[in-house]
Amino acid sequence: MTSTATKKRVPFRWVALGIAVVALLLAGVVSYYASANPDGLMHVAGKTGFLDSASEHGTADGPLAGYDTKGVDDARLSGGLAGVIGTVVVLVLAGGLVLLVRRRPTDSSDEA
Amino acid sequence: MHVPDGFLDAPTSIATGAVAVVAVGVALRGARRELDDKTAPLAGLVAAFVFATQMLNFPVGAGTSGHLMGGALAAVLVGPWTGVLCVSVVLIVQSLLFADGGITALGTNILLMAVTTVVVGWFVSRVLIKVLPKRVGLVAPAAAIGAFVSVPAAASVFTALYAVGGTADISLTTLATAMLGWHTLIGLGEGVITFLAVGAILAVRPDLVYAARGVIAERDLVIKPRESVA
Repeated sequence: MTSTATKKRVPFRWVALGIAVVALLLAGVVSYYASANPDGLMHVAGKTGFLDSASEHGTADGPLAGYDTKGVDDARLSGGLAGVIGTVVVLVLAGGLVLLVRRRPTDSSDEA
Repeated sequence: MHVPDGFLDAPTSIATGAVAVVAVGVALRGARRELDDKTAPLAGLVAAFVFATQMLNFPVGAGTSGHLMGGALAAVLVGPWTGVLCVSVVLIVQSLLFADGGITALGTNILLMAVTTVVVGWFVSRVLIKVLPKRVGLVAPAAAIGAFVSVPAAASVFTALYAVGGTADISLTTLATAMLGWHTLIGLGEGVITFLAVGAILAVRPDLVYAARGVIAERDLVIKPRESVA
């Protein structure tokens, strides 16, 4: 039973491809339909009366600030592109970080 | 729950920044033990998935929305230390590239969304998986409950931080009640998304889910005697 289960199991590359495609679709397409209402914290901040204490973001003029791609007028495209770029950047950075962490010497050789 | 600059005063922001640096440092060490041939290739993908899903604000009523935080999800899939790293990368990219979450509040946001949700989500899921019967089908519900609890937990930590270093003079009782109430609702969404994502991976490759390892090992122990008899 164990061996047949092992034979039949889905190759990792398909799982990886599946997660990547779902993530890109969510960030690139579905995000357009996300609720534009303030999230829990911002809603509470507004109701409780401390929303005004928020100062402007240091990178508020950045090319992707607010999940909109500067220079792209179509809202669907602008947000979708920002989402796809962000997903790829996170994938590369987190994937790279994990590679670096794995390559570092293990605890025992480190402290020897 | 991305805290902007200005909500918390400078000393509190510096303190949360220091805590975040230490937490990420400890996570970098801890992740070495978790990262093997199964978790390592998955970690980047999990971070990317958390980023994408955080863009999907879902309505929770009365003009309010919520989105996944992903700490419990990441911890269950790739382990708690790696989970802290995954969500931290998401938060850093969001703040620097998308102006989502203040730069001086980065430590606060890592403490709330990368550390609190991972620690609480992992702890609750882990206890449930240990206590419940060892069945792969119970891992996703356990993860969902951990995820659900992790959101009001993060809201409570924010309230505590605001009590220490909030910049506006507001009623802390009102703040605590509102934060807990709304984030309990948002937690339901966190639970549903976590259930679906963990359930999907479990359905195709249960061996890839870090939190399911004890459960699968337990199953192997049941199967082995049958093989030896045959």
